Amino acid sequence: MALAENELSFQEKVDQDIRIEPKDWMPDAYRKTLIRQISQHAHSEIVGMLPEANWITRAPSLKRKATLIAKVQDEAGHGLYLYSAAETMGISREEMVDQLLSGKAKYSSIFNYPTITWADMGAIGWLVDGAAIMNQVPLCRASYGPYARAMVRICKEESFHQRQGFEILLVLSKGSEAQRRMCQDAIDRWWWPSVMMFGPNDEASPHTAQSMRWKIKRFTNDELRQRFIDVCAEQVKLLGMRLPDDLLKWNEERQHYDFGPIDWEELRQVISGNGPCNKERLAARVQAHADGAWVREAAMAHAGKRAQRAAPDQYKVA
Amino acid sequence: MTEQQWPLWEVFIRSKQGLDHKHAGSIHAADAAMAIENARDVYTRRMEGVSIWVVESKYIHASNPDEASSLYDPANDKIYRHPTFYDLPDELKHM
Repeated sequence: MALAENELSFQEKVDQDIRIEPKDWMPDAYRKTLIRQISQHAHSEIVGMLPEANWITRAPSLKRKATLIAKVQDEAGHGLYLYSAAETMGISREEMVDQLLSGKAKYSSIFNYPTITWADMGAIGWLVDGAAIMNQVPLCRASYGPYARAMVRICKEESFHQRQGFEILLVLSKGSEAQRRMCQDAIDRWWWPSVMMFGPNDEASPHTAQSMRWKIKRFTNDELRQRFIDVCAEQVKLLGMRLPDDLLKWNEERQHYDFGPIDWEELRQVISGNGPCNKERLAARVQAHADGAWVREAAMAHAGKRAQRAAPDQYKVA
Repeated sequence: MTEQQWPLWEVFIRSKQGLDHKHAGSIHAADAAMAIENARDVYTRRMEGVSIWVVESKYIHASNPDEASSLYDPANDKIYRHPTFYDLPDELKHM
């Protein structure tokens, strides 16, 4: 089939919501864009373990500690589901890990902020995971089958992450004056970075139209951001706390909350490597990978030996 | 020397007794025993499985979607294989 014909029948399938599977023909740009999108998402899950791992040893109770370990383990799992989906498009795990460790690949800029109090565990669950869910639920219907299926698994597990986070804040909000202050402080610090998680404004997002045509994006950045703000503006009332935006106000006409200007310069700085923790996060990943090298090697050597021992005599190397 | 990579394994999970194993995704592991343990940690953290199969991905052979029309052609025109092909009176019961 000619290229134009292939492209046409590909787009027809996408338009009819017929999923694209690994061995199906797909445009090069679709493959490239998805590899980037899926691997960036995977990297975000992996790097996303670090800010929370910081609090595992200092969780205030055994219950909180067990919960946090389970959540971080889920994030490792989510990273692996996504790497697995990306691998079906022909990129190797090794290549993706190299891209992350060399700093060539991006991950969500939210994980370059520090987690300085216990309340940050609550704010991350409520706001960061809340924003992630807003982004991810529509991706369960993404046009690429392995990606959509990975997202279904992830979304099922993500709900626990958000709920445990809100519960942490709820408990703090009913606590002592110091606990309430800590709760508000965490919300103040995590609110705007969470709002920025949806990416640049639609006018500044040149690839949105193509991604929506390919159905690897179902709503625009601004649509999802508005939805997130509308939900959080109500939820924060249950905590008796406030979102740090003086211009946040219900707009009866739009049936949405209006909100204040976003500091895009901050996002630009964090994305280009100048966030508070960019260097620390990457260094932690590089270190973990290097520290694990002997384990990976030993496992291969052990597997080789066992295979040789189990092989029938005639295949044995003397 | 470049590090030798752990091979890729496809993971199939029986979600409960009586159902088929279903493809869940893939995993890297040095050998089959490790692949099963890794698959357990990645794909069954919430009791999603009662049985796991793993097979090294290089041993999976797949049909080519571009040849689907010729591959499935033999079944395409045999509507007489379906029960609805047979025209029977409405009065006929229990059939």
